[in-house]
Amino acid sequence: MPGLEDLYREIILDHYRNPRNRGELETPPARRVEGFNPLCGDEIVVYVQVDDDGRIDDIKIGGQGCSISQSSASMMSSAVKGKTVDEARALTRAFKALMTIHESRLDGGDGSGTDTPTPDPEVKLGDLEALQGVVKFPVRIKCATLSWNTLGQGLDEVGTEITP
Amino acid sequence: MALDVQAIKKDFPIFDERDKPLVFLDSAASSQKPRAVLDAMTDYYERSHANVHRGVYALAEEATARYEGARSRVARFINAPSEREVLFSKNVTESLNLVAQSWGRANLSAGDVVVLTEMEHHANIVPWLMLKEQLGIELRYIPVTPEHVLDLSHLDQLLDGAKLLSFTAMSNVLGTVNPIRRLTDAAHAAGAVVVVDAAQLVPHQRTDVQALDVDLFAFTGHKMLGPTGIGVLWGREALLDSMPPFLGGGGMIREVRLDGFTPDELPHKFEAGTPPIAEAVGLGVACDELDRYGMDEVWAHEQQITEYAIRTLAERFGDDLVVFGPPASDQRGGVLSLGFKGLHPHDITQVLDHSGVCVRAGHHCAKPLMKCLGVGAVVRASFYVYNDTSDVDALADALQACSDFFGL
Repeated sequence: MPGLEDLYREIILDHYRNPRNRGELETPPARRVEGFNPLCGDEIVVYVQVDDDGRIDDIKIGGQGCSISQSSASMMSSAVKGKTVDEARALTRAFKALMTIHESRLDGGDGSGTDTPTPDPEVKLGDLEALQGVVKFPVRIKCATLSWNTLGQGLDEVGTEITP
Repeated sequence: MALDVQAIKKDFPIFDERDKPLVFLDSAASSQKPRAVLDAMTDYYERSHANVHRGVYALAEEATARYEGARSRVARFINAPSEREVLFSKNVTESLNLVAQSWGRANLSAGDVVVLTEMEHHANIVPWLMLKEQLGIELRYIPVTPEHVLDLSHLDQLLDGAKLLSFTAMSNVLGTVNPIRRLTDAAHAAGAVVVVDAAQLVPHQRTDVQALDVDLFAFTGHKMLGPTGIGVLWGREALLDSMPPFLGGGGMIREVRLDGFTPDELPHKFEAGTPPIAEAVGLGVACDELDRYGMDEVWAHEQQITEYAIRTLAERFGDDLVVFGPPASDQRGGVLSLGFKGLHPHDITQVLDHSGVCVRAGHHCAKPLMKCLGVGAVVRASFYVYNDTSDVDALADALQACSDFFGL
């Protein structure tokens, strides 16, 4: 089916069928954050554990959702595990920029609007670039960004605890 | 006489001249519109438009006559005893909010009981949850059985002491047609007022509000071949008379002073502001079209397709496919919620869309029911006058393509 392959790239289907870092972590020390997509009822649970050096030493994913949200969460977990919180945030910015680039172009902008996160050109997305096809299917963008927003919320909460 | 679907399809411009045939299986969300409805609305704007109930010039009188004519037409469609009992709203959601905020605030206080069911659309849950927050009322729910019908075994206990029962005439997820008369009689015996969300029933089945003996009855135009932006609340005249206004403003008053106001008579008391005039005209013509097809024929037609769909999908996919809701019968309408091979509904509908098949995926504004069913979301196909068995075959083919695509 031409067209659909842009959305459902093989690596996405692989992460959907064999999700990485699926499970739970003990809380505390991990932090548990839930994210919802009210449009489709998808729910995601991110367990994120940050060590004293500000490094994500473990992450697990729970919940249920479509192939796009599940594979995005799976790829995200692989990508941020072992990274520092700052590195994870930079990766999040880069990923969200990938997801908004199409929309801002449609609006006639150059992708540097106030709502568009500015990616660091040094950040490498790697496998995550497979999700680029999602921007051609605008209703699915929220599926792809759900886990990232949920992780971001978790990192914010961890951050407020570390920084008095 | 059976519906001539090929002829009916020609009444709907959306099916004209497309690159690939449109398989539209989402009428439970919103139906397509026949040319007669669209033409009537255009004609109204081009020839008769002025604000209603205000001007004394001929054009304003003509607009008023068309608006009020639509009200009479809708009254006739549901066999309402009087058009004064037919209130135009924005949709079922607004109709039910009107009931909760007008009747509810005037008649309920802390601890009073309102009974709902577990298969309600959010439109018949959230207004009551809001009232619970505002007044401290108690909500009880009639449960759903594993066969996906209402569990009426403890109905009298649930209704004991209740002030109001509000339920869906037909589930927008399960297709279950609830026993309106039985529920109504039980509620009346308990002294409760009966409210019915008939959004999914009125478009498909001949409706007689007098025979049903209900007290308040809500439905919407856009699911019954009419335009968006117009809904209906029918209610018994004495009950509506006793209820305070919902929205305040122009058009709903008899007198306004700086220190108070007197509301107008029915139905204007509940129609503050400029109403959806063209939409009312369109809804009136939608009633004409449905009666031209014949509501008994419409219902029989949808029963046939539903029976064919349940049988065909079971034959082709066996245990790989789950159909929610009761088996095909006269207690089941043309709404078919599906689960398929553990695939997420979003992924299924994405691939189906690629095959030109429009179905809906999601929780269908019934999250408590999804929890009952043990799923987060379902795929829903729904049938109307312009669908036939070829649409079901296209759905089955698309599901097969979906299975192939995901390599299952």
